Amino acid sequence: MFKKILIANRGEIACRIIRTARSLGIGTVAVYSEADAGARHVRLADEAVLIGPAPARQSYLHAEKILAAAKRTGAEAIHPGYGFLSENEAFAEACAAANITFVGPPAAAIRAMGSKSAAKDLMGKAGVQLVPGYHGADNDPALLQNEADRIGYPVLIKASAGGGGKGMRRVDRREDFAEALGSCRREAKNAFGDDHVLIEKYVLKPRHIEIQVFADGMGNCIHLFERDCSVQRRYQKVLEEAPAPGMTAERRADMGAAAVRAAKAVAYVGAGTVEFIVNQDGSFYFMEMNTRLQVEHPVTEMITGLDLVEWQLRIAAGEPLPLRQEEVQLQGHAIEARIYAEDPDCGFLPSIGTIRHLDLPGQGPRVRIDSAVDAGDAISPHYDPMIAKLIVHGADRAEALKTMAGALSGVHIVGLSANIDFLHRLIETPSFATADLDTGLIEREHDRLFCARKIPFEAWCLVAMNELLTQLPGRPVSPWQQPDGWRLNGRTARRIPLASDGETVTITAVSTRHGWRLADAASPKRTVQAQGRVERKGEAAILDIRLDERRHTATVVEAGDQRHVFLAGRTFVLERLPDLQRTADTHSGGGGLRAPMPGAVIALLAEPGRSLKAGEPLLVIEAMKMEHTIVAPANGRLAGFHYAVGDQVLAGAELVDFQAAE
Amino acid sequence: MNALSTSVNRETAEFRANSLAMTAAVSDLAAHAAQAAMGGGEAARRRHIDRGKMLPRERIDRLLDPGSPFLEIGQLAANGLYGGDAPAAGIVAGIGVIQGRRCMVVANDATVKGGTYYPMTVKKHLRAQKIAEENRLPCLYLVDSGGGYLPLQDEFFPDENHFGRIFYNQAQMSAHGIPQIAVVMGSCTAGGAYVPAMSDETVIVREQGTIFLGGPPLVKAATGEVVTAEDLGGGDVHTRVSGVADHLAENDSHALHIARRIVSTLPEQVEPAADYDEPLYPADDLYGIIPTDTRKPYDVREVIARLVDGSCFDEFKPRYGTTLVTGFARLYGMPVGIIANNGILFGESSLKGAHFIELCVQRRIPLLFLQNITGFMVGRAYENEGIAKHGAKLVTAVATAAVPKLTLVIGGSFGAGNYGMCGRAYSPRFLWMWPNARISVMGGEQAASVLATLRRDSVEARGDLWPQREEEAFRSEIRAQYDRQGHPYYSTARLWDDGIIDPAETRRVLGLSLSTALNAPIADTRFGLFRM
Repeated sequence: MFKKILIANRGEIACRIIRTARSLGIGTVAVYSEADAGARHVRLADEAVLIGPAPARQSYLHAEKILAAAKRTGAEAIHPGYGFLSENEAFAEACAAANITFVGPPAAAIRAMGSKSAAKDLMGKAGVQLVPGYHGADNDPALLQNEADRIGYPVLIKASAGGGGKGMRRVDRREDFAEALGSCRREAKNAFGDDHVLIEKYVLKPRHIEIQVFADGMGNCIHLFERDCSVQRRYQKVLEEAPAPGMTAERRADMGAAAVRAAKAVAYVGAGTVEFIVNQDGSFYFMEMNTRLQVEHPVTEMITGLDLVEWQLRIAAGEPLPLRQEEVQLQGHAIEARIYAEDPDCGFLPSIGTIRHLDLPGQGPRVRIDSAVDAGDAISPHYDPMIAKLIVHGADRAEALKTMAGALSGVHIVGLSANIDFLHRLIETPSFATADLDTGLIEREHDRLFCARKIPFEAWCLVAMNELLTQLPGRPVSPWQQPDGWRLNGRTARRIPLASDGETVTITAVSTRHGWRLADAASPKRTVQAQGRVERKGEAAILDIRLDERRHTATVVEAGDQRHVFLAGRTFVLERLPDLQRTADTHSGGGGLRAPMPGAVIALLAEPGRSLKAGEPLLVIEAMKMEHTIVAPANGRLAGFHYAVGDQVLAGAELVDFQAAE
Repeated sequence: MNALSTSVNRETAEFRANSLAMTAAVSDLAAHAAQAAMGGGEAARRRHIDRGKMLPRERIDRLLDPGSPFLEIGQLAANGLYGGDAPAAGIVAGIGVIQGRRCMVVANDATVKGGTYYPMTVKKHLRAQKIAEENRLPCLYLVDSGGGYLPLQDEFFPDENHFGRIFYNQAQMSAHGIPQIAVVMGSCTAGGAYVPAMSDETVIVREQGTIFLGGPPLVKAATGEVVTAEDLGGGDVHTRVSGVADHLAENDSHALHIARRIVSTLPEQVEPAADYDEPLYPADDLYGIIPTDTRKPYDVREVIARLVDGSCFDEFKPRYGTTLVTGFARLYGMPVGIIANNGILFGESSLKGAHFIELCVQRRIPLLFLQNITGFMVGRAYENEGIAKHGAKLVTAVATAAVPKLTLVIGGSFGAGNYGMCGRAYSPRFLWMWPNARISVMGGEQAASVLATLRRDSVEARGDLWPQREEEAFRSEIRAQYDRQGHPYYSTARLWDDGIIDPAETRRVLGLSLSTALNAPIADTRFGLFRM
C-alpha cells in the first residue's frame, strides 16, 4: 500500500478521500488554489501545496503543477476524485511517465470510453445493447437527416465529445432536424472544439440506471449493483438511489453482466460506472461509461457497507478485488440528495456568495453528509456550487424517504440560495414518492415544484415572536424595560412590519398574561395566541413556540433586515421593515432651484425644453469669488431660466423652472 | 426581610362580593379609558387619518421604543366637563421610553376641537411639565393644535397657572438642562407657535405642520395680505428661510424617526437595577380584599403584601400608634418607605409617621403613602392631649421631606387626613387613585350630619320646627352631592390626581413612578419647625 498520496481535487470529494486514506494509514497531500487557501480539504490533509490562482485551468486542471507537487512531497499516487483531471488520459499518461500511480483506469481505457461514438462501436462489438442510432464518422447533414428518419422521431443529436448535458438536442419532427443540427454543432464546436455529432433514438420516459463496476489488475471484474439516477434536471443528477425501484434480481444480473462485459472490453481497472438508459419495461441500452469515482458513490457504499475509495486505493496499489461477486451484499435502501447553492425558482441559477450560517443534521448510521464547507466559506464562481451531499439509509425506500425528509429539515443555510426547499418538495411529489421515475420527472411535476408558494401565517407569526422574544431583557429588569406595551388601563398593540416578495404583512402583538396575542393588522380576525421561548445558538435563534394549540420548532437566522425561517423542512425569507421612515423622500417636487447666496449668473449650461438626468448641470453662479454649479435635482425637464448670463441674483432667488419627472 | 403572611380566604362570600364589585368598577374604568382614547369620535378620526396624519396615540406608540410602557397621566381629564366635548382634555400626556431614555410626551389630539386648549387642557399640559421638571424628563411636544379654545378665554389665558405658563416652563426647564423638543405635525397657531419656537430642537412635517402667530384669515383681516398657510409658516419656510424649525420631515413617520434620532443625542439616564422577587401573593386578590364600603376596616398589610418585592416588609414601630403602618420594602429592587393608614389618625400615629419620615429622609429613601383615611380623631381627650400639634408635626414632615413622595389613594381621602397623608397639595411626584377611592373634605354622611345639625339649630333658634321628612331630604341631597363630587371620576376629571388605576396593576404603576422619581437626584431636606 502507498505511504503517501496526493489528492488532485478539492471540496467534499477531497475531504472524503483524505478520510479513507487516513483510516488506511496513508499520508495525504492536498493541492489548492489561492481561492481555497482556507478550505477544509487543505486543513484536513497532512500537507498542502498551493498550485495556482483560482481559475481551475491554472490550478486544479494544471497537470504539470500537480505532478510537481506530487514529486516535491514524495506522493506515490494521485487520486483525481471526480471532475477536473479524473478522466484526462493525458494526465493519466503523464502520471505513468513520472512514475506516479494514477488512481484510476489505464489511459487506454479512458481513451476508449472518452469518445462516445467510438465507445459505442466498441460496446456494440462486445455485445452490449445500444440505443438504435447512427454513430458513423460521416457527418454530412443530408446523411444525418436520412439516418434520423430511419431511426424514427423523436431523436437526440449529441456531440460526440460532449458530456454534462452540453451539445444535445431533442428533435421531435423531421422539419426541425436541420436547424437543431446546426445549433448543436455550433454549441459542440464552442464547448469541445469538435462539432462531430451522433444521432440516437430518443427513449420516451427513460430512466437512468447505472452499474458500479470494479476491476483489478488481474483481470477480475465485478459489479456493486445499480444506482437509479433518473431524477435529473437538464441532465444534472439531483437525487440518486439504490437499489433502483422495481429492479428484479434477474434484471440486475443482466445489467451487471452487461456492465462487466463493457469494462472488460476496454481492459478496465479500478472503479467505473456504466450508465444505461432504461425503458419503462426494463429493457436497457448502454449510454456511456464514466471512468472514475462518481459523485453519487456513497449511495452504493450505504447499501453495501463498503468503502469504494479504499477499494480504489487497494487496486491501484496492485491488490486484487477484496470480494468476489457473490460476496457482495445489498442491504436496505439509500438515497442521496445533492445540496447546491442555486436558486431553483430562477432557473437553477448558481448562487454565489458567502455562507453566513450553516446548520447540518447530525450524522449517524442512517444519515451521512459529505461536505467541505463551513459557515463563513464562500461559494465562488470558479468551481461547482455544490454545498454538500446528503445520503440516507433505511431498511426500505419508505424508511429512507422519511429519514431524508427529516434530515433535509435540519439543513439551514443563510447567505445564499440553496435548493433545500426544492429537494424537499421533490421527494414529496407523488411521482418520486411512488417511484414513478424517469428523467422527465422534474418537468412533469413542474407545477408542484415551482408554483408560487404563499408564506403561511405561522411563518409571519414565528418571525414576530422572534422579534418580541429576542428583545426581552435579562434580569434584573426595571419596570420600564419590560417591552410589553404596557398602558394605563390597557395594553397597546406592538406593530411588527414584515415583507416578502412584495407582500407586506404587519403583525400586531398584544401582550397577555402568558404570551402574546398576534394578529394580521390587515385582517384582525386572523389571530393566534402565541407563547414560547427562544434560545440563541450562535447566529441562529431556536424557537419553541406554541401558536394556539400547535407547537412549532423553528430556526430563525437574522442577516441584516432579513429573517430566514426554517420551519418543518421549508425555508422562508422575510424582511423586517423599519418601524419608521428613516430617510427623506427623494424630493421630486417641481418648481424652482434657488440661489445659495447672492451672486451673478456666469453661465447657462442646459438648453431649455430639454430632458435632463438628475445631477446634470444647469447653470453656474459666481458669488464671493466662488463658482457654484446648480444641478438638476432629479430626472426631469428644464422649462426655462429666470435669469440671463450676467444677471445679479439675490440669495434664495428662484433660478430655473424645472419640472421633475414623475 | 420578613415576608408578610396573609389571612385572606378567597372562598368567603365577602371576598366574592368585594371581588365582583371591584371587577365591575375596573371594567367601567377600562370602558371610560377606551372611550377617552377615541378622542373626538369616529368621524373626526377618519378625517384626521385621511389627511395622512397619525392619531395622537399612534404617534406616541411609534415614537416610543417598541413595546415601551407608557405611563399616561390625566387619562380621564375633563371627563364629563364641557358637555363631554373634550375627551382626555384633547391632549395625551405621559412618560415613555425613547432610545432608552424616559421622556415626557405631550401630544395634542387634533380630533378634539382641532386640538384647542380648554382650561383643563392647559392644566394637564402644565401638570405634565411639572412632572417632567421634578423628575428631569426630556419633553417631547407632538404639536397639532389650533391654540386656545376662544369661547373660554377667561379661564385659561392670563393667570399664573394659565396658558403662558407653558412657555415659562419650557424656558425654565431648558435653563435647567431638561431638553425641550417639539415635533410640529399640524397647526401651531398664535400662542401655540411658541411651543416649537421655545423648544431646543424642532421638527416640522412638510405641507402639514404650520407655525405662525396669526393664521391666513387673521393676516388678511389685519393687513389685507393674502397668503397660503404653507407660505406663511409651513415646513419648507421654517426650515429654509425663518429657522423657526430645524428639521424638515416628509410625514409623521419620518418626523418621529427624526425625533428619536434627536433623543439619541441626549445624555443617557441611569436606571437603578437590583434583582428582586415578585410578591408572594397574586395582585388579583386585591379585588376581594378591598371592602366595597370605605368605612369597613381591613388590614392594610394585605395590600402591602401584594405590592412589594417578595411581599417583604420591615415594619417600623409595629406596636406603637398601630393605626398607621410604617416600614421599609422594595419595589422592583428600589427601596421605599411605606406609610399606610390602618384606621383613624391619633396623636401617636402622627408622631410615628413623622419619625418614620425622618428616617427615610436620613436614609434618602423615597416615600410611598397608601391613603385610606377618614381623618384625625376628634373629641376632648384628643384635643386636650394636643392632637392638632401632633398632626402638624406629621404635616410638616410630609410637606418638607425632600425625598420623592408617591401617593396612592386606596380608600377614603377625607379632611386633614388627606394633608397628613400627602394629598395633592403636598406635591407627591405622582398621585394615583383606585376606582373605589373617595375624596372630599369629609364623608358624605358626616357632612350631612354636620350641616343638618347646623340647619336644625338655626331653624329651632327661630322657634320653628324642622320636620323629619324635610331633614331627611336635606341630608340625602348633601349625601348625593358628596357622593358625586367624592368619586374618583370627578377628581380625575379635574386633575386632582394623575389617574385612576386598576388595583391589580398597582405594583407596575408604582414601580414606573418610583423609577421615574429616582431620575432626579434626591435633594437635601430641611424640615420646618416641629411644634413640641
